[in-house]
Parts: sequence; C-alpha cells; structure tokens
Amino acid sequence: MKKITLRANTEGAPDQRGDPVHWLTEQRLRGLLLVLTVVWLGCAVALPMANIIGKSLHDGAGLWVGLGNFKTYFTTPSLSVSLWNSLFVSTVTTVISVTLGFFFAYALTRTAIPCKGFFRGVAMAPLFAPTLLYGIALIYLFGRKGLVTTGCFGFFQQTFGLNPALDIGLYGKVGIIIAEVIFTFPQVMLILSIALRVTDARLYEAARSLGASKLRTFFSVTLPGVKYGLLSAVFVSFILCFTDFGAPKVVGGQYNVLATDIYKQVIGQQNFAMGATVGVVLLLPTVLAFFLDRLAQRRQAALVAARAVPLPPCADPGTVSFYLAFCGCIAAGLLLFLGTAFYASLVKVWPYDLSLSLTHFRFGNMGGGGYQALYNSIRMAFYSAVFGTGLTFFSAYLIEKTRGMAALRHVAYFLSMAPLALPGLVIGLAYIFFFNAPDFSLGPLTLANPFNGLYATMAILVLCNMVHFYSVSFLTATTALKQLDKEFEAVSESMGVPFYKTFMRVTAPVCLPAVVEIAQYFFVNSMATVSAVIFLYSADLPLASVAVANMDDAGDTAPAAAMAVLIVLVNIAVRLGSGALSARLSRRSQAWMGNNRSNP
Amino acid sequence: MKRMILALVLVTLYAANALAGEILVYTALEDDQIPRYIKSFQEQHPDIAVKFVRDSTGIVTAKLLAEKDNPQADVIWGLSAVSLMQAKQAGLLKPYTPKDGGKILVAYKDAAAAPAWFGIDAWMTGFCVNSVELAGKKLAMPEGYADLAKPEYKGLIAMPNPASSGTGFLTVSAILQLMGEEQGWAYLDKLHDNITAYTHSGSKPCKLAGTGEAVIGISFGYRGLQQKKKGEPIETVFPKEGSGWDLEANALVDKKAIKPEAMVFLDWAVSMDAMKEYAQSFAITGYPTGQPVPAGFPADPAKQMIKNDFDWAAKNRDRILAEWTRRYDGKSEPRK
Repeated sequence: MKKITLRANTEGAPDQRGDPVHWLTEQRLRGLLLVLTVVWLGCAVALPMANIIGKSLHDGAGLWVGLGNFKTYFTTPSLSVSLWNSLFVSTVTTVISVTLGFFFAYALTRTAIPCKGFFRGVAMAPLFAPTLLYGIALIYLFGRKGLVTTGCFGFFQQTFGLNPALDIGLYGKVGIIIAEVIFTFPQVMLILSIALRVTDARLYEAARSLGASKLRTFFSVTLPGVKYGLLSAVFVSFILCFTDFGAPKVVGGQYNVLATDIYKQVIGQQNFAMGATVGVVLLLPTVLAFFLDRLAQRRQAALVAARAVPLPPCADPGTVSFYLAFCGCIAAGLLLFLGTAFYASLVKVWPYDLSLSLTHFRFGNMGGGGYQALYNSIRMAFYSAVFGTGLTFFSAYLIEKTRGMAALRHVAYFLSMAPLALPGLVIGLAYIFFFNAPDFSLGPLTLANPFNGLYATMAILVLCNMVHFYSVSFLTATTALKQLDKEFEAVSESMGVPFYKTFMRVTAPVCLPAVVEIAQYFFVNSMATVSAVIFLYSADLPLASVAVANMDDAGDTAPAAAMAVLIVLVNIAVRLGSGALSARLSRRSQAWMGNNRSNP
Repeated sequence: MKRMILALVLVTLYAANALAGEILVYTALEDDQIPRYIKSFQEQHPDIAVKFVRDSTGIVTAKLLAEKDNPQADVIWGLSAVSLMQAKQAGLLKPYTPKDGGKILVAYKDAAAAPAWFGIDAWMTGFCVNSVELAGKKLAMPEGYADLAKPEYKGLIAMPNPASSGTGFLTVSAILQLMGEEQGWAYLDKLHDNITAYTHSGSKPCKLAGTGEAVIGISFGYRGLQQKKKGEPIETVFPKEGSGWDLEANALVDKKAIKPEAMVFLDWAVSMDAMKEYAQSFAITGYPTGQPVPAGFPADPAKQMIKNDFDWAAKNRDRILAEWTRRYDGKSEPRK
C-alpha cells in the first residue's frame, strides 16, 4: 500500500521540475541513457545471439532448414539424454549449494561468530580458480591415484593398520556435482549475504513481542525478507551449473551434459549448426527463469525503509558455536581442496616421485604461453572490472530507480539478464560469427560489419567478459539497490535535486561495498574464465586460463594445476586488496547504518 | 616542426616494416616440438616474426572453418592431412608448391596436379603402458589391438575421442580398415567395455597412463617415448597388427592479402634443415633425411604402418564419427 500512495504523491508532479527552459529534462535524460543502455546491450548481446539463433536454423552449408536441427537433436538419444543429465545435475547442485550457501551467509551476516573475514575469504576462494581446477583437485583427491582413494598412498594402512581408502566413483555425475557445488557456492553466498546483510530489526522486535517462536520468525520474517535474494541465488546457481563446461569436461567421464555437447559438436565434429542448436536449447531455462523472476519481483516491496533500524547480530552462545562449527567444516573442506591443488602442482611425478620441486611452474616446452599469458589475463581482468562495474551498476540503477518507461526498462532488464543463460562457449562462438563476418547481408542489402576491427583484440576479450559476467553483477547491483527505499529518489526529486546528484551522493556511496564486490567479481571471473575466451584469444594474446585448459587437455595436469594456482594467487591478492578497500569504504559510507555492524 | 614530421615518418616506416615481417601460423604440432623446430627458421630469417596458434587437431580445424569468411592464419603447419582435405573442400587453401616440395614422396602430399598440402611427417598409433601399475595388477603386456579387448583390462584403458582428436580418428580408421567395418565395430564394442575415459586430446591417454589414472593409454609413438624420458614408468607398444597413421602437413591459407613471408616459411618448413628436426621426433618424414630412426620406434617403421586409404578416411569421416558417437558417446552412466 505504501508504494501506491507514494506514487500517487509524486506522479501528479510535472516532470519539468528543475530547469524549466531546458529541453533536456531529467526524465528525458534518463530516457536517453536507458536507450543507450539498450543499444549497447543490443550490440553486445542481442545481435550476436540473433546471429547464433540464425545459425541454428541453417545447416552446415548455410541452407535454411527451419527446425530441422532441433528435430535431429531431440531424436538422437545420445544427444537429448544430455538435456536430462544437465537438468538433473543442475537441480541437485542448486539444492545443495543454496542450502549450504544460505546458512553460511546467515552465519556471516546475522550471527556474532568470530573470524568472519577469514570465513568469507575462504568461501570466496573457489571463485578465484578456473572451473577446471575443481576437476583437477578432485582427481588428485578422489581419482584412481588420488589421496583419498589410495588412503594417502597407503600411509594410513602402514601407520595405523586400517585402510580408509575410498573410491567414490568420481568420474560422472558424482564428480560433476561436487565440482559444481564448489563452483556455485561462492556466487550463491555472495548474493545471499548481500540480501541478508540489510534488514530491519523492528520486524524481529515485533515478532518477539508477538511471542513468535524462533522457527516461526525464521519462516515469517527472515525468509520472506530475503525472498528475492534467495530466488536470485537459486536462479544463478542453476544456470551457472547448467551452462558450465569446465568441470564436466575434466571429471564428467562418459556423463554427457549440454555444455560439453556444444564443445564436442563444435570442436570435435566441426558441426557449428548443431553447436548453435544446443546453445539455443540452453536458452530455454533463461526465458523461464526470466518470467519467474518478473513474477516474484512484482510482489517485492522495499525491505529497508528509510527509517530502518539495523539488526544486531545474534550472540547467543549455542547459535554461535553451531554456526562456527558449520562454517569451520565448509572452510576446512574448501581449504583441503585448494591445498591439494597447490600440493599437486609442486610434486615432481605424481604419484611415483613425491619429492617437491618448482619444475611445473616453469612452463617450458609447454603450450599456453607461460607468464606472458598470466600478464595478459591480469590486464584483461582489470579492464573488464573497470568498464564492467561502471556499466552494470549504472544501468542497474537506471532500470531499478526510474519511474515510467516500463517497456524500455523491461527490454533493458531482459537484455541484462539474458547473458546469464549464455554459456561462455556460446558467447565465444557467437562473437566469432558476429565479429569476424566482413559484412552482413539483409536480403538484397549488404552492410559492411562496423565491428570487424575488434576481432582478435583485447577489446573483444574484455567485451566478452563484460557480457559473460554481466547478469550476476547486475543482479548483485539490483539486489543492493532494491534494498534502498525509492523514497530517497522521491525526496530528492521533490527537493529539485537532479537524479545524477542523488546517484553520486546517496545511491552510489551507500552501495559502495556492493560496487567493490562487483568489481572484484568481474576481475576474478575474467581471470578464471575459460569457456568464453577459448575461441576468442589470439596468438598475440595468450591467456592464463586458456593455458590451463590447453595443458589439461594435453594431459599436462601438473603444470595446468600450477598455472591455476598462479591465477588463484593473483585473485587472492586482488581479493585482499578489495577487501581492505571495502572495509574502509564501509566505515565511511555505511556509518548511517549504525556502528554495531561487524562487517569485515 | 620538421623534426616532428621526420620522426613521424620514421615511426610510420618502422611500423610498416615491422608489420610486413610478421606471419600467423596455425599448428597442431606438439608444444615441446615447436621451439626446437623453429630454431633454424629464426636463424635464417631473423626479420620474420612468427606467431603461433597451437591446439589439438580438432580445435585448430574448427577455428579454421569458423574463420572461413575472414581467415586469420597465413600458414598451416603440421596439421592432420584428413583435416587439410576438409579445409581444401571448404576452399580455404591456396595451392602453393614450396621449393623442396618436389622432394616430398608422392604418397605424402596432395594428389592434385597443383598440390595444396605437403606432408612433413607421419605419426602413428602407439600404446602407452604403465609398467608399474601393470606389474602391480600382475597383467601381461598387451601386444596388439586384440589384446586390448580382453576382459582382464576392464576399466584400465584410456582412449582419445576420435571426434576431437586426430590420433583417435586415425586409430579408429585403422581398426575399421584392418578388420573391415562389421568386425571393426564389433571389436570397438568390446573395447568400449574396457575403456575408463575417452579424452579430447591424443596425448592425454598417454599422460593419464603416466600418472596411473589409466594403466594403458591409446596414443601415439612420440608421446610415450617422450614421457619415458621424463621419468614416468611408460613402455610404448606398437600394435602387432599395424599402426594407424596420419600425416602432419603444411598448406598456404587462401586470403585477400597473401604475404610473401608465408611462402618463405613454407619453403623452409619442407627444407632439409627442418626435415632433420622432424626426424628427431618421427620415424617417417616427408622425404628421407638419412637420420637414424629415433630410439624406441620399430626398426622398419614403414612396415609398422598400415596401408592407409586417406580418400576413404576423409570421405567417410563424418559417417564414422556419427556412428562412433551414437554407439559410445551416449552412455549416460559413468564407467568404472
């Protein structure tokens, strides 16, 4: 109800508030910026995708076949079984990942457990590595000659006389699910902790004074409060898993999923039409998720009113020790897993000569490009972070905090969400088709391709990363923005303050921790991504993550692990830097939230 | 002002010069071979900068075809002849006969009147067997394809997926040619029961065997011999029925501006200097170099190679891969 009254108050006011003689009214400027957002997203997302959809309707020779490719796809059992495999693996992963992620995020935001900075850092660690590393580490742990499978090479057998060796049958869905849970966990945790971070203590006070039990409060206050974040988390986790190919590639064995199918169709069989077709099949869940998301959003009201009171974290000893144990277990698991990769990268000849050496870090006589590749990746990640963060946050702001222009905002929103469903391989493939074509022919018209010069440059890699990681950043920004009452906009508008001033003085500073987190997200993902850039990197610009894939593909697992370890180290350094920055910014810009928040 | 203009002209000239001496080479040669091979080219042509895109056969071919409308590569160096036949069909190659092209044996180059590709070496099927694991399991050393289908090797063998790996394809193609299609597929059915993993790359099965993740890797000769040198417990077995093989070949890419440097490179790539380096890795080269066969290869390598029908292989590649994929790629359950 509050929203409706608010709107009634402001809607009567004419738009040419501010400078009445100027043609560029605030609303027009916002409209123009929104149009620009749509145009850029159109060029970077819609056109290349239209191109790849076009490819899916043509055969390999470029002849129109309508839905012929899809018919082939669904009637070839070896192909269509992948769809069910993908759905199964993604569902199981999402359930596990969101459950674990929720309690972890809850512990970090709502309880007074110690060492929050440490736990947060460890939980984000998997984000720092290419998905291939999860697979590689799993092989060193659970593979035929893995530490767990062999009981630490018979160490337990010899020392304690018992044999804890355990073969979990890694290759297949078990391996994929473990790797994907690790992969999606940080992302789910990131979204949920932002959603959980801001709440109104008055709601809990009310629940307590009404005599509601803890469980009741959880279901009627806590969960509804993060409903939107929870939905985003489910949605992000499902799609990330559904479209990832790194983990299934390494530990999938014969268990085929859609993403590896695209890879096989394109790389192995050079069947671009079928690759495009499987890519289009991957688009279906987005459309579904998009409608679900819109439906949920319609019911979402601003959670934090301008008068919100921050909730002090729960210090009850029982609760704290429970959550401490929970976070401890998860952190230990993640560290074991990363530690194994570190260890394996140092072992000379696994498992026959366990002496340690740095040989694998030399990358001599090896593909990938060695340290030059690492340097290129760092540059690429930096550019992606700078441009990506600016664009996502500002366009999320425009879409979220603009009144009216519903159609335009819907289009912009859809285009912003679409990249989430686009597996990196599809983006990469679409970009090759789109940016490498010398011209486009529309019926009798032939247009020279204005973007042709971008092909095989740093710019196209950055663009590709910006698009690939756009949606999660956009959702993070939107979630953060959503928790700011629209009243801020309404008040500044009624005081004649232009929106960009409100944006610079109120919105952006309040959301700064989210902004830093987005920049960091862009950086670490751009460092770690393989799939989107594997088709786009050029000989001049070898990339570290592609080097990991190439070395793993060639079977040079230990040097691949070594390069992945270097990527992780760079990302950890960036994470620590941005963490320090975020903490400073929080102290300065979040003071209005009260000083009892223990935010690392 | 004058000085600035002069400086500008100099910079422009310098830039133009630098660009003129640069070529882009697509290759599927092994990473540990390229630096050794390229040394003599760099000594002879220090003014030409060579850049490489190196990947598995399937990926390099896919990249070439994806860029069909706007080719990036100037030269293809050491890519499977079967892939080059496909590239030629797509109109991607410009026939160019390098200086020593005439020396290349007739069987090892494009049969057309104006040949589009020239073979530099042949690589062939070899099994990489981890002798430590094999002894641990008290199993006999396999000698040929027939042995690999025996039940005692169940779950111990890694093999490259023929859809993405050149080595995988030449092996499957050899099996079908040796045994005939019907028996060949029946054999592959039995082999499938013993496979622990199909890999994308042809080197990887050998490396899996090297770490004990697999016990036997179906791979190619050079790889196994290399890994033994590194200290891994790998024995290389050349199947007694004969090895499948393919040529690594060179070609000129057809594009708007063909650089003269590309031809210089192709001339060098079949010269005796280069051929001698190839002969360090491979038993068979484009033309005889007088070098001894590298240690570990059969004494008479030509005898080890099956009589390979390339035309048949290139024509039936799509069909074979589709059949292979239908039979073995659709298993939804992991194999242990």
